[in-house]
Amino acid sequence: MADLKTEFLGISSPNPFWLASAPPTDKAYNVNRAFEAGWGGAVWKTLGEDPHIVNVSGPRYGALHSNERRVIGFNNIELITDRPLKTNLDEMRQIKKDWPDRALVASVMLPMNEAAWAKYLPMIEDTGIDGFELNFGCPHGMSERGMGAAVGQVPEYIQMATEWAKQAASVPVIVKLTPNVTSILPPAKAALDGGADAVSLINTINSIMRVDYDSLTMYPTTDGMGTHGGYCGEAVKPIALNMVAEIARHEETATLPISGIGGITDWRDAVDFLALGASNVQVCTAAMVYGFKIIDDLVDGLDSFLDDKKLSLAELVGKAVPSVTDWQYLNLNYVEKAIIDQDLCIKCGRCHIVCEDTSHQAITHTVNGERRFEVIDEECVGCNLCVSVCPVEGCITMQQLTKGTDPRTGQPVSQEKANWTTHPNNPMRKTD
Amino acid sequence: MSANAQQPDVRGHRLDEEEIARNFGDLHPPLSRSEALIAADRCYFCYDAPCTTACPTGIDIPGFIQKIRSDNLRGSAQTILSENIMGGMCARVCPTEVLCEEACVRNTHEEKPVEIGLLQRYATDPVFADGTGLFTRAPSSGKKVAVVGGGPAGLSCAHRLAVLGHDVVVFNRDAKPGGLNEYGIAAYKTIDDFARKEVEYIVSIGGIELRNNQALGKEISLQQLRDEYDAVFVGIGLGSTNALGLYDETLPGVDSAIDYIAELRQAANLADLQVGRRVVVIGGGMTAIDIAVQSKRLGAEVVDIVYRRGPEQMGASQYEQDLAQTNGVTIHHWAMPVELLGDRHVTTVRFRRTELDETGKLKTCDDEFELDADTVFKAIGQALDAALLDGEGLDIEAGRIVVSDACKTSLDDVWAGGDCVLGGDDLTVTAVQHGKLAAIDIDRYLGEG
Repeated sequence: MADLKTEFLGISSPNPFWLASAPPTDKAYNVNRAFEAGWGGAVWKTLGEDPHIVNVSGPRYGALHSNERRVIGFNNIELITDRPLKTNLDEMRQIKKDWPDRALVASVMLPMNEAAWAKYLPMIEDTGIDGFELNFGCPHGMSERGMGAAVGQVPEYIQMATEWAKQAASVPVIVKLTPNVTSILPPAKAALDGGADAVSLINTINSIMRVDYDSLTMYPTTDGMGTHGGYCGEAVKPIALNMVAEIARHEETATLPISGIGGITDWRDAVDFLALGASNVQVCTAAMVYGFKIIDDLVDGLDSFLDDKKLSLAELVGKAVPSVTDWQYLNLNYVEKAIIDQDLCIKCGRCHIVCEDTSHQAITHTVNGERRFEVIDEECVGCNLCVSVCPVEGCITMQQLTKGTDPRTGQPVSQEKANWTTHPNNPMRKTD
Repeated sequence: MSANAQQPDVRGHRLDEEEIARNFGDLHPPLSRSEALIAADRCYFCYDAPCTTACPTGIDIPGFIQKIRSDNLRGSAQTILSENIMGGMCARVCPTEVLCEEACVRNTHEEKPVEIGLLQRYATDPVFADGTGLFTRAPSSGKKVAVVGGGPAGLSCAHRLAVLGHDVVVFNRDAKPGGLNEYGIAAYKTIDDFARKEVEYIVSIGGIELRNNQALGKEISLQQLRDEYDAVFVGIGLGSTNALGLYDETLPGVDSAIDYIAELRQAANLADLQVGRRVVVIGGGMTAIDIAVQSKRLGAEVVDIVYRRGPEQMGASQYEQDLAQTNGVTIHHWAMPVELLGDRHVTTVRFRRTELDETGKLKTCDDEFELDADTVFKAIGQALDAALLDGEGLDIEAGRIVVSDACKTSLDDVWAGGDCVLGGDDLTVTAVQHGKLAAIDIDRYLGEG
């Protein structure tokens, strides 16, 4: 059994799975159920100033479904907590008392004036929480009032508010970043410069789910009108992973601990985030789609994976970061060709038609009069499209050409690495 | 007790009407929307799809399934019906397990094909329920075509000809159109008068005049039609039931399965039908299965099918054989009838076991057994009533009309298709394809004229 006990900024939890600040952590009732189910920690639903905000009394959520109605993507327009601050603080105090081994972090969203931070943070910290998470991420509603993503999109504001928070708090401060930016690096750097102990990402992405095909209005609406929400769930994971890896691999931000968020549904998703540099992970949508029980698979699966790989959790963190680089450093002398395992092939022909229509005409449909799909090495550029569309896992694989000549280019396969920075076609190439 | 002394036990109302209604409900209930979406999602959208190749009418199956996935049912139905105007009936009666679903690539690793038949029904049901018009006629050609036979081949031909702008008169032998769809298919495969609804839909395109009770050789002759029309299509199916070649097949209780099924399909009240307590069916095709299962569902106590060869040689698919067996029908292989016993009514059939000799030919053994029977159904196939076509100048071979790949006969202005032609395979879907191919070729011919 691998040890999943996690210390994140000195905050300990029995496993690296926290519930993200969101509806599942809105009140003691939910958080109790989560901790009973086995969640390692919870970031309480974002607290704000009193008097509390209000929510719409209509649809807050919308989903992108697969045909079997699996929720692939999820959208929300819910704001921060709509309960009195005191109610929340009383419940948080009780939860921390009842569950001392679990991480309890308070998410906060306050206006851009120092006095507010100085006033509220000590009051909240007094409940016994283990840390703060500054919500600079929510892209809807609160951002119209100059908070949430409105702060997260301006590095100067991030740094300023982080500094105020660090002044007012004695527990660790995590800055939660919005993905609605061109590059995640300036916001992360601003958090670091402001004294943040860590960043968490991603918050949700600006989104409209679809149109109602009867009314031809956007969907869902509140009394016929709608507004963009924040997109999350499985569909956003690749976007989140890139941003996590960007922070983890760049020198100026590499020291920032990361709490990874974005579409984590099963343990493999968690491995993605951890290997790309996150030290723990936060989950919301999967719990909102399936309930808290999914923690069983997250914990078991990660545990077995670490055992199989003979890795500790700490060793997994950042393991894949060195494999992430810029395009210009990819080895242009490396050659792969697709290979189709004829024993596994079910002859659906998908690889052929996508290669034929949209790629490099490198897969047959007929060989000696028989329906048969084979890679034509003379045409195959190794693009991985056929692997991606093949419905049978493992049927098409990519194999490196290690010697001889690439039948496509007629060039001998070179063992030397060579990338764009020195390529003769690059007008900006480095010359010695 | 001697066999002759037994009283035959043949009567109606063996089961109460409620039970019979249950027994003759939909064999495969239609898919709900959520079931259909899940089933459709299993389709891999194959290139040059094997299911399409396996479909005698060449329906673009991945294409219509993809449209189900996007709730584009009207488009899906159009994809189906433009290749097979009887796609609704075929969705119910096609032996998909040996056609499209057998070819499905899902079988390779899962042995569970996409439920193409049920999906096809899901896509087409709304069209027949609402009479959605999916086809428009080309401008009138001024040509008139006679179609002999109101079954799948004839109606398919008539519809395509109407689409192409020709006027059609369908001469139908029976009181109702539809042929075997109306009179032959097992009742639980086509409930709620679907055959009639389908014919109404086909005719609703316009330009098709339907004349019932017009039998070839009686009210009409081929020569007369050739004189009066620009082209003729013959889709008369098969007529008489093949005989067992035994003495005495006229014995009461020895019936033609085809005739009994026709009676069943037209019965106002199924419970009134006369059913033997012990039923023996002789034959190995779909009709044998259909009569056996329906007898059982009408309340027959013991139903035996006896077939002279093995399970692999049966015309009925494995699925159909399983259906019979799960309905409590016993299938005996490798035996053929040698004597019908009974005085005023059949009481017993004596069988002799069969085997293959060294050359692979069927021969009988000395070993015999008997099965008691109140009813014996002959289901060993039908023959073309060639006398109807005597002197008309059509080439006939092996008791069937000879046609080209385009379903043209030896006569320049006559086409034929369905069960009556050489190479027909007794399937609705094949008959539909013949009718379609013939219509396309007739259109070419009329265009040249």
